[in-house]
Amino acid sequence: MTRYFTDKLAKYIVFISGFTSFIILLLIALFIFREGLPAFSEIGVFDFIFGGVWRPGIDQYGILAMIVGSIAVTIVSMIMAVPLGIACAILLAEVAPSKIRSILRPAVELLVGIPSVVYGLVGLVLLVPLISNIGGSGFSILTASIVLMVMVLPTIISISEDSIRAVPSSYREGALALGATKWQTIKGVVLPAAKSGIGAGIVLGMGRAIGETMAMIMVIGNSIAFPRFTFRCRAYTDRQHSTGNKLCYRHPRERALCYRCRALYFYITVKQRSYYLP
Amino acid sequence: MTIYNFNGQTCRGGKIKVNNLNFYYGSFQALRNINLDIPGCAITAIIGPSGCGKSSFLRLLNRMNDLIYGSRIEGTIELDGKNIFDKTVDVVDLRKNVGMVFQKPNPFPISIFDNIAFGPKQHGKKNKMELEEIVENSLKQAALWDEVKDKLGQSALALSGGQQQRLCIARVLSVEPEVILMDEPCSALDPMATLKIEDLMRTLAKNYTIIIVTHNMQQAARVSDTTAFFMMEPDRAGSLVEYGSTSEIFTNPKDKRTEDYITGRFG
Ligand SMILES: Nc1ncnc2c1ncn2[C@@H]1O[C@H](COP(=O)(O)OP(=O)(O)O)[C@@H](O)[C@H]1O
Ligand SMILES: [Mg+2]
Repeated sequence: MTRYFTDKLAKYIVFISGFTSFIILLLIALFIFREGLPAFSEIGVFDFIFGGVWRPGIDQYGILAMIVGSIAVTIVSMIMAVPLGIACAILLAEVAPSKIRSILRPAVELLVGIPSVVYGLVGLVLLVPLISNIGGSGFSILTASIVLMVMVLPTIISISEDSIRAVPSSYREGALALGATKWQTIKGVVLPAAKSGIGAGIVLGMGRAIGETMAMIMVIGNSIAFPRFTFRCRAYTDRQHSTGNKLCYRHPRERALCYRCRALYFYITVKQRSYYLP
Repeated sequence: MTIYNFNGQTCRGGKIKVNNLNFYYGSFQALRNINLDIPGCAITAIIGPSGCGKSSFLRLLNRMNDLIYGSRIEGTIELDGKNIFDKTVDVVDLRKNVGMVFQKPNPFPISIFDNIAFGPKQHGKKNKMELEEIVENSLKQAALWDEVKDKLGQSALALSGGQQQRLCIARVLSVEPEVILMDEPCSALDPMATLKIEDLMRTLAKNYTIIIVTHNMQQAARVSDTTAFFMMEPDRAGSLVEYGSTSEIFTNPKDKRTEDYITGRFG
């Protein structure tokens, strides 16, 4: 009898916990969309998303520059982070002797725990001057992408490594027994077998890249200009508006807009995460 | 080199000669003083109780044990007269020459075609036509072609267990080995699939040297030409008790322990 009781109890506890988190998410979504709605009706979705000029003083509310900035930074950082992350995962899972791994793996995991302000600061103090040597102010998409790359690497590395490790050793033996070299085995059998896990790692990393705020504000330059995809220009992302910054809250309309940016961002994030829900 | 098989026919399968072989996992001796002459183009069965080192022995023949940290070898194993542990031997070439079929079918999680083409590709065959020919030939040799010819692009994991094992055999054949090692290849299969694999082995034995580890006495008696009986010594090191033609081992064993084992008194 008691066995059935604990079984039921466990079921309800799990159910209630799951449901609660869902409700909280729903409430957040409702709140954001309700606060943002006035702006939708006043400016219109098209002008809002595809408008190039953000100047609340003269009633111009286009967030295109910020969206483009966000996307550019995300793409550039992923282009750098994905190959590096997968290579590192291969090193940890297949190549490195256990001694080296026992040092590297905690080091990688430690990167996750560092607050983003610290990344931003390091970027600001070290990277910005370095990149300004090439040209421009140093506050640029390139700077932001490099910082972001470092931030998403641990996610990509640890998830990819786990999925590479989960590949049955019988696959490796089969390939080696056919006379494949170690690298041929990794490339031809292990990576294809682990590709869904590696894909999940990349998507999760991208989620973090799109969602990152603090470090970005610090290294991308605080201006509202169109990024020109070169390191010379200054870029600006929706993040500044979407999450706590001085620009928000000055003006009621602007505040509503901030919420709408948030609504957009929220939508992207939820969409992203839903890829790896079952 | 021309090699003659059991029945005096020419044969491309390799001959193996094992001399004073000792094998250790760290300080544990798994095999002691093995001496064995394995004929080309014949099926040699290795039987013996669990843990007597049959798998370890088989994995020495294509140096899969190289991968095990702390393992150590004494003595020599000659393939067509050349010691496979010699420094000049490229282990990748050796494994291409001495293929292996595992206990649990282990097709790669890619298409049937890519499974078979994998080996040749790694050895530098890139031409698509050539690969298609190899895939077809290998599948035909493994008696699987008719069952899969219309679904070469499908995942190999969708095949039945018996089909998967024949796919693994085809995969080994694709790199044209001389010797095929099989470690209890039928233990995960039903009787029908087992019979199919045994038929296949008999056909393949015309051109390949086959060494099979099996727990199944009837299987050893049915398919093999020669049989080696391994057993553990008191310190758990495996050693060769008796080796000879299969009919002799099964009808007229010289050693009491062999007789006890094949009549099912232990093991
Ligand atoms: N990787 C290994 N490391 C250490 N000992 C091993 C390893 N593989 C097998 N052994 C030991 O070697 C002995 C022979 O094993 P194995 O060759 O698998 O026997 P069989 O195939 O005849 O059942 C056993 O005692 C086993 O515990
Ligand atoms: Mg075994």
